[in-house]
Amino acid sequence: MNIVKQSAEVIRNVQISEGVYDMWLKNMMISQSAPGQFVSVYCKDGSRILPRPISICETDRQNKRFRLVYRVLGEGTKELSKVKAGETVDVMGPLGNGFTISDCEHAILIGGGIGIPPMVELAKTLKCKKTVVLGFRDTIFLQNDFEGLGEVVIATDDGSAGTKGTVIDAINQNNIVGDMIFACGPTPMLRGVKKLAEQMGIPAQLSLEERMACGIGACLACVCKSKEKDEHTNVNNKRICKEGPVFFAHEIEL
Amino acid sequence: MNTSVNIAGVTFQNPVMTASGTFGSGMEYSEFVDLNALGAVVTKGVSNVPWKGNETPRIAETYGGMLNAIGLQNPGLDVFLERDVPFLRKFNTNIIVNVCGKSTEDYVEVVERLTKKEADLLEINISCPNVKEGGIAFGQNPKMVEEITRTLKKHATLPLIMKLSPNVTDITETAKAAEAGGADAISLINTLTGMKIDINKRKFLLGNKTGGLSGPAIKPVALRMVYQASHSVSIPVIGMGGICNGEDALEFLMAGATGIAVGTANFMDPYATIKTIVGIESYMKKNQIEDINDLIGCVEGKDTASGCSN
Repeated sequence: MNIVKQSAEVIRNVQISEGVYDMWLKNMMISQSAPGQFVSVYCKDGSRILPRPISICETDRQNKRFRLVYRVLGEGTKELSKVKAGETVDVMGPLGNGFTISDCEHAILIGGGIGIPPMVELAKTLKCKKTVVLGFRDTIFLQNDFEGLGEVVIATDDGSAGTKGTVIDAINQNNIVGDMIFACGPTPMLRGVKKLAEQMGIPAQLSLEERMACGIGACLACVCKSKEKDEHTNVNNKRICKEGPVFFAHEIEL
Repeated sequence: MNTSVNIAGVTFQNPVMTASGTFGSGMEYSEFVDLNALGAVVTKGVSNVPWKGNETPRIAETYGGMLNAIGLQNPGLDVFLERDVPFLRKFNTNIIVNVCGKSTEDYVEVVERLTKKEADLLEINISCPNVKEGGIAFGQNPKMVEEITRTLKKHATLPLIMKLSPNVTDITETAKAAEAGGADAISLINTLTGMKIDINKRKFLLGNKTGGLSGPAIKPVALRMVYQASHSVSIPVIGMGGICNGEDALEFLMAGATGIAVGTANFMDPYATIKTIVGIESYMKKNQIEDINDLIGCVEGKDTASGCSN
């Protein structure tokens, strides 16, 4: 699939939770992306020179639109949150390789915090039985987007909804079983998921995050330690932006 | 209109190159940029054996710039020769291989194995701030700059560009040392050593603690050093440091650079190299400049900066 770097028109950009924004943009190529791929979003303020990697939450191929759900973490995402419908944002994508949509009968989709958004497109794409496990610090968002796509189980750090604890606690408490795990979230959560998959004896696909510069595999900033030699340098350092961001748990060290 | 320049006997169709480490070997960016349009592709550093690089995080954004501490991860010369050279040779552009090493012997091995068949010029990285032995030990001491230049010159069949560190007291000293050692050209600046701290975690942003600062934030410093260096040696200077567009490039040319490199700007915009070429050309057209060489070193004004002797 060709990568484009273009100005994309913003269709909608609204806050859906404390510090979490929901943005739809128009771009033909990026609307054709696969679940788990991401885009680089560029700031207009020249003091912020690097693009922000943000995973694609959902696509609307028919209307050539794609959706980003992002958390305001710094000045770059703050700038993004202020963009109004009708204005444009420079984006590059679709980037990376998404989830492998392989044969499975019962998929467990695990999203933690701002790792939840890519699970929406994945849930829409996977045709098998699905259990969606969502972990939050406190405030819940995107829960309704999974309606009709599978059983949804919630975990919150403060116990305000669902299981009090982590997504792993929720899985154990609800005796959730399956034959393939798909996960995106903070690294400590992914470590827990990797261990859980090993205990359950099933494969897990993990979507990783790292600070990036180029986004296309040239600068070698965003590497992770891999079991196999990587195709670029042959030193067990796979590029998250290029070979990833999704890896099978057994391929990488976390 | 002539945009071609000559560096060390090699003709460049225009002075615009890529800065080492920001463009890989061109493969990834060739999806955006026609490499045939560039004056040269300067590759990411190549060592005699594969290097793993540093721990992550390897980059951090700063105001108008970025810090990197990649640590020269590269697949080594064998893979480079087998995979990257055949790819680059398909294009009608000069190939400048950036060479890094931990010891003189490392450099010599790479320099000896790269001939006219594989590349057009070599750029010797004696200034990477992110690898302990990765050149900086050579790059900050004028005596050592001269010595390694002289040694490599004996083994090289290709013209040598010595890439200088800005992390020195007087750039003209290392520039002159490179010239005295027999360098065919010098390039500058490499990144400025910097640091960033996450105040919430009370931790360094970079896995390596320190990193090299690049991007628009360093342009005035780079420009000053290119001016000083080009006025202290008679070999050609390739200028870099925060160049994002034609205007930036023209400043460096006027300061005395014969060639210029676009680096961090590639991350800001994958088309940055092409836009820089177009920017230079449109300036020339608008100002009816027939030959780009007439712009090189044309800046006027009283020569008060230190180290500008001629």
